[in-house]
Amino acid sequence: MAYKRQIDRLPIIPADAKEHNAVCHYCIVGCGYKAYTWPMNKQGGTAPNQNKFGTDLSEQQFQDTEAWYSPSMYNIVKQDGKDVQLVVKPDVNCVVNSGLGSVRGARMAENHPSTVTGTQQQRLTDPLVWRYGSYQPTSWEDAFDLVGQVTARIVADEGEDELLVSMFDHGGSGGGYENTWGTGKLYFESMKVKNVRIHNRPAYNSEVHATRDMGVGELNNAYEDAELADTLVAWGCNPLECQTNYFLNHWISNLQGVSSTKKQDMLPGEAHPQARVIFVDPRRTVSVNAAEQAAGADNVLHLPINSGTDLALANAIFTYIVDQGWHSMDFIEASTLREAQDRPPLFPARGVADGQPGHLSSFEDAVDANRMSIEEAADICGVPAEDIRKAAEWIAQPKEDGARKRTMIGYEKGIIWGNDNYRTNGALVNIALATHNIGQPGGGCVRMGGHQEGYFRPPEGHVGRPAAYVDQLLIGGKGGVHHIWACNHYRTTLNATEYKRAYNRRTNMVKEAMDAVAGGDREALIEAIVVAVKQGGLFAVNMDIVQNEMGKQAHVVLPAAQQGEMNLTSMNGERRMRLAEKYMDPPGNAKPDCLIAAGIAQAMERALRDLGLDTYAEQFKGYDWQTEADAFADGYGSANPEVTYDRLRKLGTNGFQEPPQGVEGDTIVGTPRLYADGVFSSDDGRARFMAGPWRGQVTPGKAVEMDRYPFFINNGRSNLNWQNWFLDQDNDFVLDRWPYPFIEMNPEDMAERGITAGDLVEVFNSNGAAQAMAYPTDTAKRGQTFMLFGSPRGTQGNVVNEGVNELVIPVYKQTWADIRKISDTPMVAQGISFKSKEFKL
Amino acid sequence: MKCNKLVDAGRRQFLRGGLMASAGAAAATVAGTSEAEAKPALARVDYPANRLANMADLAVNEPMDVAYPDADSPGVLLKLGEAVEGGAGPDGDIVAFSVLCPHKGWFLNYNADDRTLNCPGHYSRFDAEAGGQQVWGHATHNLPQFVLRVDDSGDIYAEGVDELIYGRLSNTL
Repeated sequence: MAYKRQIDRLPIIPADAKEHNAVCHYCIVGCGYKAYTWPMNKQGGTAPNQNKFGTDLSEQQFQDTEAWYSPSMYNIVKQDGKDVQLVVKPDVNCVVNSGLGSVRGARMAENHPSTVTGTQQQRLTDPLVWRYGSYQPTSWEDAFDLVGQVTARIVADEGEDELLVSMFDHGGSGGGYENTWGTGKLYFESMKVKNVRIHNRPAYNSEVHATRDMGVGELNNAYEDAELADTLVAWGCNPLECQTNYFLNHWISNLQGVSSTKKQDMLPGEAHPQARVIFVDPRRTVSVNAAEQAAGADNVLHLPINSGTDLALANAIFTYIVDQGWHSMDFIEASTLREAQDRPPLFPARGVADGQPGHLSSFEDAVDANRMSIEEAADICGVPAEDIRKAAEWIAQPKEDGARKRTMIGYEKGIIWGNDNYRTNGALVNIALATHNIGQPGGGCVRMGGHQEGYFRPPEGHVGRPAAYVDQLLIGGKGGVHHIWACNHYRTTLNATEYKRAYNRRTNMVKEAMDAVAGGDREALIEAIVVAVKQGGLFAVNMDIVQNEMGKQAHVVLPAAQQGEMNLTSMNGERRMRLAEKYMDPPGNAKPDCLIAAGIAQAMERALRDLGLDTYAEQFKGYDWQTEADAFADGYGSANPEVTYDRLRKLGTNGFQEPPQGVEGDTIVGTPRLYADGVFSSDDGRARFMAGPWRGQVTPGKAVEMDRYPFFINNGRSNLNWQNWFLDQDNDFVLDRWPYPFIEMNPEDMAERGITAGDLVEVFNSNGAAQAMAYPTDTAKRGQTFMLFGSPRGTQGNVVNEGVNELVIPVYKQTWADIRKISDTPMVAQGISFKSKEFKL
Repeated sequence: MKCNKLVDAGRRQFLRGGLMASAGAAAATVAGTSEAEAKPALARVDYPANRLANMADLAVNEPMDVAYPDADSPGVLLKLGEAVEGGAGPDGDIVAFSVLCPHKGWFLNYNADDRTLNCPGHYSRFDAEAGGQQVWGHATHNLPQFVLRVDDSGDIYAEGVDELIYGRLSNTL
């Protein structure tokens, strides 16, 4: 049965409702929203003077109206301890989304906890401690004391390398400048924790080291550039599902010709032909279909390459562009390194050092090293030579009037979680640099992005490069204490089968030790934990908003607040920084992560003093923050004093684009696009080219896996749910549609294995197994599948091997396995739709 | 974006509407400062029973343009030929849905090939054979379905709606 809320009317926002700036806390796009709150005993009316919109709501409102909200945008929440009514709806005045709401963000209100409507009762409300053989709620003081004492004992006895940390590095909910600073100060300033990893990868590293090493920051353009480009390139990304309103509001408007007036106004004196778009993706996605609808199929080119062959394709396009003379020699002369660097002895297998795997050099050196013919690439990538040639022409062939083509390249996890990440990332930047498409209107070579960003931490140089592969340390019995911040590796890491086995075993050792001294005092408890840790056990502390699978192995669980429940600053994929204002209370006694970090730091200070380590204890001073605003001022604000909550509040959902250039009146002057002056982020201001030839499938174990198993298990996100499902696992609308993670399969492959739509199947290989729901997909090639990543009811990471690139970037995308049927369609999946996801007129 | 006949027909009807729109205005609350008696009100909206068509008017998989609960709320009436979720009539195969996309209110287009309703605005689509479930898209609720009753003479009546219709904060205005 399709899920229906049976809601036939909603309370009307009264004219005097409080209005708050809100930003979607899910994807990197950061759509602007407004949150309205008003008392329970008040409601607006249909007359224009009785409602917030000044509109006659007794009449039907037309498409795209501001004066409507769906049931998912309404809830009853606590504000200053009182129940209030809440509507969170897209902001029509935000330049990012212009009033569009995604299927994720437009459910923010419904996904807040409510003791009245019963939503999100899974939220953690109180600290939990493993006690009496289960989890017991306790006070912050009690929980902090236990964390502080155990952590202090271990780092004092055995050093800070015994403290392993998993922590978010992003903006949006669970992150933001306030919280990255709170955690960063604790682990990188008070301590120098080296064995640290990020929420989605097993080390503390950049996902895009290459572009940064080349002097090109990865978020270098403005969303407006997608409206100005002649050609858009979506390389290893699926923007309609993963950056929905960026794609709809800026890419589609260009493809439909809606932005042609803007092009003429902003870029006069050159031809503005019908925009075109290129997709590089093994799979035909809904993004390809939407682009065909918007631009006509003739203006859309999809290159369904063999998985992991992007480097060959990029190098062939680069070679062809240069051979045609379509590169911009003036720019190369003025803004890039002009002397070829000596190639390392083991080039291209190795760089000059383990942490420098590539070869950064001159344009000419890169052209020489990367030379790849169109025909060779066609053979490697499995796409027609004429399509590769066409892609090169669309990217760089001068326009009919001789003007340089404006081309924007957006890339994401297809590159990042893919074969030879470093060189492939560099190969895309090579194309953009050679054609002078960085720092220019209608250009850019950018990450499309996952989360928003909001990183401000003390220097992390002590972590090293390559950084420690923390999952392997955990599996190998290393480390004694694990602090976890908004991470759930049980769902979202690679090699997850092995990881979970080891993690369960090690944390259970500590649980058993705690259970064994149940009648003892605090001192006996600490001693029992420390002994268990020294015998190979692991003491885990989990900070999160819900109790997830990994948290269920922890010994202390601390409840965090999320966006909307605290003031939180972040920036989106065009570096647009906003203050998402607090409009409700966190559930129960939950706190912002930065204040939890402060509590742990203060408990560490006390515990270290008790151990007689006063000097060490001194390092844990400086956390007397009362609110998140104090953490913001202590961190981001100390480096950017002109960026204040007051100014950000006035700038609303449009904020400003980082970095700040100064202040004019109330406005913070921002930076629409980076490198407009041709000066790049390197010591000498010159960008580097990447000399990195195609080297085959280089991730350890992948080539063997590819030969051994019949199915390619491509994987990624869906539009409907947020990636890690943390709130959506408790959302009826989402679970009704995806009761299990889907796996898109070719119908003939399904028939051969006796699988019908909705059947539960097992994906298995030598790494492990995971379950999924078969979704017949006509456009799936034989032997190719696509499985939803990160689901609680079928974890794709279980079948991903432990192979990483030189800088410890996981390679989720290249996975091969077999598939067998487990069950006929389970009850919860009966009656759901298995029709094509592609819009058809 | 080219719209087909159904969409055009729906739009004409939509723009023409408003005949029944005034009824809801009387229910609007009126702010006052003097002491007033509380007024009784119903907990849910009162749906009219409106005749949409007769069974004889329908052919399998040929959409009929309707409106419910008033002329400003365009919908589609379908005989699918096989019993489906929420289906009415002797064969359990008659369904009706709002055709305003619950994402941004664009007119949906019926695709008879795979029996889905498709939004030309932002590419969402809904399954007419699965209770209006969103197959893929941006709406945060499934397509509002009209509750149908078929009487002995074959007249088809709509008597309720199971989700909030786009563009109105009360399903009856």
